[in-house]
Amino acid sequence: MLHALDRKLVRDLWRLKAQVLAIALVLGCGVAIFLTSLGMVRALEATLEDYYSRQHFAQVFASARRAPMSVLRDVAAIDGVRAAEARVTGWVVLDLQRRAAPASGRVLSLPADGGVLNRPVLVDGRLPSPDANTEVAVTDRFARANGFRPGDRFAAIVDGTRQQWTITGTLRSPEFIYTLPPGGLMPDDEGFGIIWMPERAAAASFGMKGAFNDISLALRRDANTQRVIDRLDALLDEWGGTGAHDRETQVSHSFIQAELDQLRSMSAVLPPIFFGIAAFLVNMVLGRIVSLERAEIGLLKALGYRDWEIALHYLMMAALVAALGIGIGWSAGAWLSEGMSQLYARFFDFPWLVRPHDLDVYALAGLIGLASAALGALRAAWSAARLAPAVAMAPPAPPRFRKGRLDALAHALRLPQTAMMVLRGVLRWPVRAGFTTLGLSLGVAILVASNFMLSSLDEVVDIAFFQSNRQHASLILAQEAGLEAVTAARHLPGVMAVEPQFDLPVTLHNGARSKKLAITARLPGGDLARTLDIDGAPVPLPEQGILLSEQLARQLGLGVGDVVRVELSGIRDGTFSVPIAAITKQYIGLGAYMQLDALAAHLREAPRVTALNLWIDMGQLPELQARLKEMPMLSTVVMLTDMRDSFQQTISENVRITTVLFITISVLITVGVAYNGARIQLSERARELASLRILGFTQAEVSSILMGETALLALVAQPLGWAIGAWISWAMMTGFDSDLYRIPLVLTPASFAKASLVTLAAVAASALLVRRRLDRADLVAVLKTRE
Amino acid sequence: MMQVAPDADRPVFRTRGLTKVYGGGDMAEVRALDGVDLDLPEGEMVVLLGPSGSGKSTLLNIIGGLDHATSGQAWFRDAELTAMTDRQLTRYRRDHVGFVFQFYNLVASLTARENVALVTDVAENPMDPDEALGLVGLSGRMDHFPAQMSGGEQQRVAIARAIAKRPGVLLCDEPTGALDSKTGTAVLAALEEVNNRFGTTTLVITHNAGIRKMAHRVIRFHDGRVAEIIENETRLPASEIVW
Repeated sequence: MLHALDRKLVRDLWRLKAQVLAIALVLGCGVAIFLTSLGMVRALEATLEDYYSRQHFAQVFASARRAPMSVLRDVAAIDGVRAAEARVTGWVVLDLQRRAAPASGRVLSLPADGGVLNRPVLVDGRLPSPDANTEVAVTDRFARANGFRPGDRFAAIVDGTRQQWTITGTLRSPEFIYTLPPGGLMPDDEGFGIIWMPERAAAASFGMKGAFNDISLALRRDANTQRVIDRLDALLDEWGGTGAHDRETQVSHSFIQAELDQLRSMSAVLPPIFFGIAAFLVNMVLGRIVSLERAEIGLLKALGYRDWEIALHYLMMAALVAALGIGIGWSAGAWLSEGMSQLYARFFDFPWLVRPHDLDVYALAGLIGLASAALGALRAAWSAARLAPAVAMAPPAPPRFRKGRLDALAHALRLPQTAMMVLRGVLRWPVRAGFTTLGLSLGVAILVASNFMLSSLDEVVDIAFFQSNRQHASLILAQEAGLEAVTAARHLPGVMAVEPQFDLPVTLHNGARSKKLAITARLPGGDLARTLDIDGAPVPLPEQGILLSEQLARQLGLGVGDVVRVELSGIRDGTFSVPIAAITKQYIGLGAYMQLDALAAHLREAPRVTALNLWIDMGQLPELQARLKEMPMLSTVVMLTDMRDSFQQTISENVRITTVLFITISVLITVGVAYNGARIQLSERARELASLRILGFTQAEVSSILMGETALLALVAQPLGWAIGAWISWAMMTGFDSDLYRIPLVLTPASFAKASLVTLAAVAASALLVRRRLDRADLVAVLKTRE
Repeated sequence: MMQVAPDADRPVFRTRGLTKVYGGGDMAEVRALDGVDLDLPEGEMVVLLGPSGSGKSTLLNIIGGLDHATSGQAWFRDAELTAMTDRQLTRYRRDHVGFVFQFYNLVASLTARENVALVTDVAENPMDPDEALGLVGLSGRMDHFPAQMSGGEQQRVAIARAIAKRPGVLLCDEPTGALDSKTGTAVLAALEEVNNRFGTTTLVITHNAGIRKMAHRVIRFHDGRVAEIIENETRLPASEIVW
């Protein structure tokens, strides 16, 4: 049976249901985000560990132009290497019947037994038989996107010759959980696939009999990775090695790690904000309840209730609010985790998802939620326990106000008395006002940061696709060619302009610092692919000298006027030095740019070409695409127009999801803080407001006092929220800084304005809800009672 | 401003069949006012006496524009209060009525002067707040906050606040109810001063029969009806009233 005190508890909570719900939602949000982010981190980590170890995902990767198989023995003998596997890899243009545009593929040789390292998982069908010449297996996502089933055939242009290949099965690989097409920014399952070919057929197709051009290593536990990489580079150097790297720069792995980092920082940053705000709200609301219930507390004590029973009563109130919040958080968290898993399934290709038993995460989230509510309730429960019965039954002393320095100012400004009421209310409870402001500003900050991500992404796309790489398509050649390739391309149907490009793998040195990458050389005056200076204005390629991207220059510790030493790698040998003419703006990858002739002069050879950038008459696109499918010498065709479209489509979809998500989060915080704040204002000021009504103040005038404090704090919270939001954005920008990509700090007035509009609207709505209560209040009844 | 000028030959308040019924439905019906007909002349000090629930507060609330009648009519000068909307009643209170309650209902965060200024800021032709506080004998306490004043002082601030806009009528519900005799006398003196100096019609509800001696007219209520009206031949000054 319920005790009388428990009945009071339940009825009190029911009476305060709107406030209770507002607090529970904030707490629930914290629990849900904690649960989702931590749960997903653990699921991804467990999945990766399981997948990587079962399929023997390699730890060091390297490629060379052509190394004899005998080198493999030397590589395997490097100290610390547990296993080494050599492969043949190559790029092919694909002619898929259902697709007008040429697709591209990366071919990998597949050992007869599936290999030792990077073993793919068979999804459907069977592996190609080791002796077959035209049998291949493809990535499951590529097959599904193109409607292929085992037994289907497609055409590939390999080293200039057209071949018909039969798909025997579909695969997944730990190497390609996240797959980027050449030159792409996001996966393109339809236009790009990984193709596994039996070793012998691959060697024959790419002229690699008795040789390899790609190698993967697994290391022993005690191995020194950097030493292995250095040793491997030395061994491959004479065979055109382009530089070994570890998992950190393996594309698929690094993208998953970036996602994991994001989840980890989300689980570290967001939940504490929600738990902190929930604790503050519990503190504020319970504090008010205890002061309203002084007389009851005195009575209970007079009746013989013990201090701890009274304290427990108020702690229980907080615990029930927490229980509601935790319940909401658990269900929302389960739902969000499901959504996240589906989202990951769209971008990441896992054969299975390991969901570790996450009861402990649920329990932990619940405990933290409970603890934060209890922490918030402590002060109120303590003060209720300590109240002496005789004191409790006497009316509370009116709050003491003092004149402060602001008074002189307020008088000088001739502020009306109603404004003085608001101002003194804020100054009388500065801690409460401070926390309220902080809470409201966090609502703003979260939106500023989410807007920042969107504008930043906009800027990345604009710089990459609309300012720098403006060509419609890029043809990547299978082998270096002379400038005559430009003339040939100009005669293709629909091609209006052709700009040649030469990508040369090198190592750039400045003292002890060095960086492996490719120098991109182009003709001067190019209008399709351009380089941009730091301010985003096109900067011409210098006749002498080199342009370095900002990020690269920083890593090498070089500036304009300094000289960088260029060490050739791959098939060329030697070094030369070149001055830095300007620093360029670039967010994706690292970049070094020279004029084609200047680079050729340093190489002492005629200008060469590895890619052709095209401007196309879109009316003739079908004819062009048909010709490209037949063209020899192409390794891939990058359709930048398609890439732009799909990227923008994905972004706008993400914008919608993140906008909805973060507006929800921010509104929950704002409403939680503003509504509870205004309710407490109303409770404390009910009497004053009623007497003002009797003095003849209109409802609007009286509400303006009630809303005044909330409005004042909300306004102060705006600049504070902008500042915190800008700081969060800055921290995010610094966190996302890798060689693969980085994001610019773009904070536009519109980002701030939108954040403020949303939060101020939420504040206004909360205040209006409370105002309705004020309008319904019975004036006379309020005044005839003693407080 | 509502144009309802005083006229010596005409009552300031007039009620006809004024009735207020509380409850009804599934609750017991209480007739707080039961067909009250009353004429109150301009400029008088009127004391309303009667046991709890006799209807005096209900009458004060209706003619003060705080409550609606169930039936019957009430006029303030030429304006029919019982026909007014809430908005018009707010306007009426703002322009013509000063209230004093048992609990002083001062704004805790405003000083005595600022509490008075609260009203003078929005009134048409107000007194200076200092003058109003001087009238109730609080010239020396103008910059004190409510928490720094005694109950009697707080009540006198409430009176100053009520009269500062030069109201047509001053309605007081148990103004001395929470006070001891000495401070209560000071409050009554303030009311008397206002009535004498400005001729403000003053209605005072009280349980304290001693106060009736300072009134022009005493109205006794019983069961929602006017039981008796007495006009005092001679009045005692507030200073001589003790209880």
